[in-house]
Amino acid sequence: MSTTAVEATTGVNYLNAKYGIRSWLFTTDHKRIALLYLVSITFFFLIGGAAAVLMRLHLIEPQGALLEPATYNKMFSMHGIIMVFFFLIPSIPAVMGNFLVPMMVGARDLAFPRVNLLSWYIYILGGLFTLYAILAGGVDTGWTFYTPLSTTYANGQVMAAALGIFITGFSSILTGLNFVVTIHKMRAPGLTWFRLPLFIWAMYATSIIQILGTPVVAIAIVLVGLERLLHVGIFDPALGGDPILFQHLFWFYSHPAVYIMILPSMGVVSELITCFSKKRIFGYSFIAFSSVAIAVISFLVWGHHMFVSGQSVYAGLVFSALSFAVAIPSAIKVFNWTATLYKGSVSYQAPMLYALGFIGLFTMGGLTGLFLASLATDIHLHDTYFVIAHFHYIMVGGALMGYLGGLHFWWPKMTGRLYPDGWARFSALVIFIGFNLTFFPQFMLGYLGMPRRYAVYPPEFQVLNVMSSAGASILGVGYLIPLVYFIWSMRYGPVAGPNPWGAKGLEWETPSPPPTENFEELPIVEEEAYAYGVKEARVV
Amino acid sequence: MSEGRAAALGEQFEDLEQQHEASSLGMWVFLATEIMFFGGLFAGYTVYRGLYLPGFEAGSHLLNVKLGAFNTAVLLCSSLTMALAVRAAMLGRRRELVTFLILTILLGLTFVGVKMAFEWHHDYEEHLVPGIDFVSEGPNGRAIELFFVFYFFMTGVHALHMVIGIAILAVLTWQASQGRFGPERYNPVEMAGLYWHFVDVIWIFLFPLLYLIGAHH
Repeated sequence: MSTTAVEATTGVNYLNAKYGIRSWLFTTDHKRIALLYLVSITFFFLIGGAAAVLMRLHLIEPQGALLEPATYNKMFSMHGIIMVFFFLIPSIPAVMGNFLVPMMVGARDLAFPRVNLLSWYIYILGGLFTLYAILAGGVDTGWTFYTPLSTTYANGQVMAAALGIFITGFSSILTGLNFVVTIHKMRAPGLTWFRLPLFIWAMYATSIIQILGTPVVAIAIVLVGLERLLHVGIFDPALGGDPILFQHLFWFYSHPAVYIMILPSMGVVSELITCFSKKRIFGYSFIAFSSVAIAVISFLVWGHHMFVSGQSVYAGLVFSALSFAVAIPSAIKVFNWTATLYKGSVSYQAPMLYALGFIGLFTMGGLTGLFLASLATDIHLHDTYFVIAHFHYIMVGGALMGYLGGLHFWWPKMTGRLYPDGWARFSALVIFIGFNLTFFPQFMLGYLGMPRRYAVYPPEFQVLNVMSSAGASILGVGYLIPLVYFIWSMRYGPVAGPNPWGAKGLEWETPSPPPTENFEELPIVEEEAYAYGVKEARVV
Repeated sequence: MSEGRAAALGEQFEDLEQQHEASSLGMWVFLATEIMFFGGLFAGYTVYRGLYLPGFEAGSHLLNVKLGAFNTAVLLCSSLTMALAVRAAMLGRRRELVTFLILTILLGLTFVGVKMAFEWHHDYEEHLVPGIDFVSEGPNGRAIELFFVFYFFMTGVHALHMVIGIAILAVLTWQASQGRFGPERYNPVEMAGLYWHFVDVIWIFLFPLLYLIGAHH
């Protein structure tokens, strides 16, 4: 950081309190660990994105333009594994959660700062195993590692990739554990549960899923490893095993994992919508409880991935009904956000554009999910591009838009600097357009019957595939623009000041960037969350 | 004493009570993840036991119930000594604390020793170890092999937890002998106790599920 920046901000803060690589690698400061995560997940995002670029380039021609079919299989596997386990799952919790949870509850750090640092090292170790698997020849099982493909037929790098995911899981568990304890035990005086920011409620619900779900996928992965190692029939039907059991164990985690990705984004969007409407959020307790409801119901819907896997019809009926049920709390959130906008003083700064984009795209993704939760339509749509489009509307249109919106919102807090708002709004628009052009045609492709994970396709699907690939390149540009201006802003951006958005919340009451101990004096909370325009409301 | 207080308090906490509550809750949450970890294994066990009950019963009959019962008793005793150790720490009785911790360690070592030296070794000699030299015979061969996969994996993971627990207790014993615990600070002993009881409870489920299925003659 330049000397002018130090003078312009309030002097010593968490960024300039200590210098040197050791002060970062051995830090226990939650804010510095958040930045370590930010750099690491951005690295993995670029790798996963590169795989997506190669896939979309390949699919420009029906016979495939670029890759061998076997290489194509490895590309989509790598894209899925890296984006799910090394970008989306850690994204908001590990970066914004780490940075914000202690500040939002008015604490000096998380409950277990050393455990927090440990979780980053575990994440890196898992990442190294997975990178090794990619460099040593790649994995072609998809991110789902279905048996017996993964246990009997796939190459040996499956073990390295699976080990990487197993290890990284513990990083996720430890982060969740830290958040739950911090939120329970370290709230500032006066900060009751129903005065907490909704981001905290979302992080709490997310942590519950991380804590209870991740160990189950860990054991499933270990059993796959055991089967490969010992050649016994745990999942291999030829040896007496049950491949469906793997799917049960895998989706018991991996469906709730979708909510590990989307719930934090919902928390971010709750913060953004209320801040840029300058109005108290509508239906606070409904949004808070809907987060918890999503976390609970998310554990009861995994069977909707297995409607056509030979699961009993009666189980299918129950899972279908429960999957419909999980749409209710999601819809409650959407209605409350839009009600917050009503008669608010809405301003369209960059974070708000991402939040509004989130609402639209998440609604699309959520509603198309109901098509897949219906037993009859799922038989037609299962394993087609319709599924791909659906979950990308949730995970990219939802989770990633929320992540970027949050990053734009709290960037001035994290770095003390503002980025150019014009460029930021432009990139939000580019991402929105590029995203829809990429994935809307995939709904049509899937409805027309194009299966997922195929390296070739019939010529009549070419127009829609070319549209999708063109959209992907726009989307790629949209992601690179923020990368450039964020890095630029760290040195040249205007000084932000403690609260550039006029937002409410404890994190905005400290200098930007905050001092190492967050607050000079621990705050005492005396008002509700989001007390925007409380006085005016009383007059009315 | 107040110096000791300050040294024991992490800088992120306001006071010792908050720190104590935080670490207790953290331990309980950790144990919840452990339950889910073993839960996946129990689910797999249940599925295959339902599919291949005769094979699982045949496999279970190859185990030594007496040794299993002996080990169960050993573990239950170790839970008692562990609970007494926690109480001694709370009351600040240093010698009693060290004694009970050492007793707990010895009982834990007995369990792991019996497991390895008698049970697993015996199974190895009988060619019952899947993946190494399992000899499957008869119509139930595959199912018996599957039973032994679960038997070795579940008891193996359990024994691993025992070994980790013994290592933790060894460190605590050394710290206790240095007088590091007292009514002001007995948190680490209490946390280790929670972990130790949890590992015992897992065994309470493993023993009947693995050793006692089917009628024994």
